[in-house]
Amino acid sequence: MQSSTGILRAAGVIPAVVAALFSMAVHSGSAVTPGSRAAGMEACVAPTAEIRRYHMDYLKHDRIKVVRDGVRGVKYSLAECVDCHAEQDGNGGYHPVNGDGQFCNKCHEYLAVSLTCFQCHSKKPEQKRSAASLSGEKNAGQSSLFGLLMKFDEAPALSAEEMAQLHAISRED
Amino acid sequence: MKKLHYSELWCSSPRYWGGLAALTFIILLGMAAAFHMEHSGHWVTGMSNQVVWGLPHVFAIFLIVAASGALNVASIGSVFGGPLYKPLGRFSGLLAIGLLAGGLVVLLLDLGRPERLIVAITHYNFKSIFAWNIILYTGFFTIVGIYIWAMIDRKAQKFYQVTGFAAFFWRLALTTGTGSIFGFLVAREAYDAAIMAPMFIIMSFSYGLAFFIITLMSAYWWASRQLGSHRLEKLKNLLGVFVGAVLYFSLVYHLTNLYVTQHHGVERFILLDGGLYTVMFWLGQITIGGIIPLFMLYSPAFSENRFAIAIASLMVLIGGFFQIYVIVIGGQAYPMNLFPGKEVLSSSFYDGVVAAYTPSLAEGMLGLAGVAIAMTLVAVGARMLKVLPESLEDPEEGIA
Amino acid sequence: MAGKKEQPQDIKRREFIGSTILAAGVATVAPGVLLTVANATSEDEGANSEIRWGMLIDSNKCVDNCTACVDACERENGIDLLRRPQGQGDEMWNAQRPQWIRKVKLRDRQTGEVTNLPMMCQHCEFPPCVDVCPTGASFKRADGIVLVDRHTCIGCRYCMMACPYKARSFVHQNVEQQTIRAPRGKGCVESCNLCIHRIDSGATTTACQDACEKDGHKAILFGDLKNPESELSKALQQKSSRQVRADLELNTGVRYTSL
Repeated sequence: MQSSTGILRAAGVIPAVVAALFSMAVHSGSAVTPGSRAAGMEACVAPTAEIRRYHMDYLKHDRIKVVRDGVRGVKYSLAECVDCHAEQDGNGGYHPVNGDGQFCNKCHEYLAVSLTCFQCHSKKPEQKRSAASLSGEKNAGQSSLFGLLMKFDEAPALSAEEMAQLHAISRED
Repeated sequence: MKKLHYSELWCSSPRYWGGLAALTFIILLGMAAAFHMEHSGHWVTGMSNQVVWGLPHVFAIFLIVAASGALNVASIGSVFGGPLYKPLGRFSGLLAIGLLAGGLVVLLLDLGRPERLIVAITHYNFKSIFAWNIILYTGFFTIVGIYIWAMIDRKAQKFYQVTGFAAFFWRLALTTGTGSIFGFLVAREAYDAAIMAPMFIIMSFSYGLAFFIITLMSAYWWASRQLGSHRLEKLKNLLGVFVGAVLYFSLVYHLTNLYVTQHHGVERFILLDGGLYTVMFWLGQITIGGIIPLFMLYSPAFSENRFAIAIASLMVLIGGFFQIYVIVIGGQAYPMNLFPGKEVLSSSFYDGVVAAYTPSLAEGMLGLAGVAIAMTLVAVGARMLKVLPESLEDPEEGIA
Repeated sequence: MAGKKEQPQDIKRREFIGSTILAAGVATVAPGVLLTVANATSEDEGANSEIRWGMLIDSNKCVDNCTACVDACERENGIDLLRRPQGQGDEMWNAQRPQWIRKVKLRDRQTGEVTNLPMMCQHCEFPPCVDVCPTGASFKRADGIVLVDRHTCIGCRYCMMACPYKARSFVHQNVEQQTIRAPRGKGCVESCNLCIHRIDSGATTTACQDACEKDGHKAILFGDLKNPESELSKALQQKSSRQVRADLELNTGVRYTSL
C-alpha cells in the first residue's frame, strides 16, 4: 500500500514540475526585447511555449543537418534567432543578443545556463560587408538565403488569442 | 621464510604532510597555469600552427608511457612468476594508475576545449587511434584497479592470475596505442615508421621501472622501512637491460631512416644540424639517458651503492624526457616536404623552414603538475591501502 | 501480510507504471518524428554525393606577390576580423593566426624554375585528418568537402599533426567578432571549406576564384569533378595536372598544373 502511494506521489510531481516550468516562462508575459524585429511579429517559428521549452533541442537537431548534411533550409536556425531578437542600438547597428539585459542573456542568466553558442557564432545580425551577401541577395525572400532568413510564407499563423489560449492551457496543468 | 606483512605507509607527520603540501603546491601552480592558458587561449603558449603539440604533450606522453611500464614489476611477479617481484606487485599497480592519471590530466588540460570532455566520451570515431586510446586508458584504470584488489583481498585471490594476464596484455596494447599515435602519421617524416609502437613499449619498460625504483626507494626512506640490497640489485639489473634495449631500438630506428633517401633530411636534422634538438638527442637522450646510466648500473664500482642506483634511475627519466621531446617537438619542427625537389623561397605559413618553438612557463608548470599529481596519488594511495610490505629485507636463503 | 488483498491494487499500479512509461516514450519520440516530418517537405536536399567539389590551380597563371585570393578568403570567412592579442609579437602572431589559404613560392633545386601557387586544404578523398579525429568532428561531406564540425571539436589538434599539407589552423585566442557564414571560436581547429556557405546557397564559385578572376589571372578554377561536362573536368582532361604529395594516394580534390 505504502509503496503504491509513494509511486503515485512521485508521479504526481512530474506534471507539477512541468506546470511550474511553463508558468514560470509564461508568467512574465512577453520576453521579447522591444526594438527587435521579433517585437513586431505575431509569433516565433513555433508556439512560444514550445520554443521556450525546446529551442535548444530544435537548434541542436537542425545544426547537425546544416553542418553535416549541408541542408541549409532548416526551420530552426540560430542565425534567425539573432536576426529577429537582436535589439537595434539606434545607430544602424545592433546590441549583441547575449549582452546584458538582451534577449538571450536575460533568461539564460536567470536560469544560470551558460550560453556557449556565441563563443563561436555571431551575436549580431549580418551587416552587409562583402561579396557573400551579393550572391545570396537574388534569392532572398522566396527561398532561404543560407538558411539564415526564414521563409515568410511558412511563419506559423498563430493569432494573439490562440497564443493566450495556449498559455492558459499550460498554466492550468 | 618470513611471512610478508603489508601495511599502510605511515611516517612521521611533518615528513608526510610536508611532502604532500609541497606536491599540492606544485599542482596548484599547474592548475593556475592551465586556467591561464585556457582563459586566454593557446596564444600565450609557445605552440602555434606549426608546432601544434608542445611541452604539455611531452609530459603527458612521458607519464602515460611510464605508467604502463610501471606495471611491469607486477607482471613479472604474476605472469612470469618471479618470487622476488611478487611483494612489489601492489605498489607497482598503484604507481601505474597514478602515473596514467597524471598524464591524462595534463593531456586533458591542454585541449583547446577541455570542457568538452563529455564530447570525447560520447562521440567516437573508431578509426582514430586517439579514440582507441581513450578506451585503452579507461580500461587500464579498471583492470589495474581489479588487479590490485585481487592482490590485496584474500577473497579475490582466484582472480589474481586472470587479472594479472589481462593487465599485462592490456598494458602492451596501451603502449602500442600510444606509440601508434605517432607511428601512423604518414604526413611527417620523423613519425612514419611502424617501429614506433614496439619502441614505445621498450621505452615504457625503461621509464616505468626507473619511476618504480625511485618511488620505491623514497617511500621506504620516507617511512624508514627496510629495503633489501638483493632485491634492489635485481631491479637495477633489469633496468640496465631495458636501457640497453631502448638504445638498440633508437639505433635501429635511425639506421632504417638513414637507409631511405627521402628521410635523410630529417635524420640530418636530428643527428647533425638541428641545433637544440641535436644536442637533446646526443646529450640528453643518448648520453644522460643511456650511456651514463648503463655505466652506473653495471659498473662494479657502484654495485652496492644505492645512491648510484637512484641517480641512474633519475638520469634514465631525464633522458627519456628528452627522447620524447625530440620525437614530439623535433618531429614537428622539421618542415614537411610538400614539394620534393623544390626549395621554398617564400611562404607566409613557414613552409620549408624549421618551425620555432619556445615553451612558455605555463606549459612547463602544467607538465610538472602532472608529475606531482601522479606522486600525490601514489602517496595518498599508499597511506590508505596496504600496498607496501612492512619490510623488504632479502629472503634469508636467496630465492626460495 | 495481506498479499491477496492487495492484488487488484498492485495490478492498477502496474498499469499505471506501464502507461507512464508509454507516455514518456511517446513524449520522447514524438518531437523527433515531427521534426523529420516537418522537414520532409523541404526542397533543400543538402550535400549531394553525385557531386564532388574540386579545384584546378594553374600555377603558371599565379602571379608573384599577388595575394588577391588570400585577401578575399580572409574577408569571406571573417579571418580579417580577428584581432592580434595584446602583447603578441609579429612572428608568433603570424605563426598562430588562422591561414586557410597561403601563397607559396618555390624554386626547383635542379633547374631553378620558379613556381608560385596557393596552398590550402586539398579536400582529399581519403583525408588523414578525418581518420585520426577522435570525436568525428573532422569529416567529409557527401559532396567531398572536408571540414570541421566545431560543435564536437575538442581542440586536440591531432588532425593538424596528420595533415600532410599543413592546411589546418587552430584558433589560439578569444574571438570577439564573427560573420554569420563563418562561425569561429577559441580552441577549435578550422580550415578551408571551399566556401561551403556559398556552394550551399547555389553559388558556383569560391571567393578566391572570384578574386583571382577579378584581377585578371584566372589561375583558380572551381567545379564538380564528377560531372564530365563541367568546365573543371574538361580542363583536367586537356591539361596534365598533378596532386601535391600524390605518393600518399589521398586522391586530392585540388589539383595543380605546371607544378
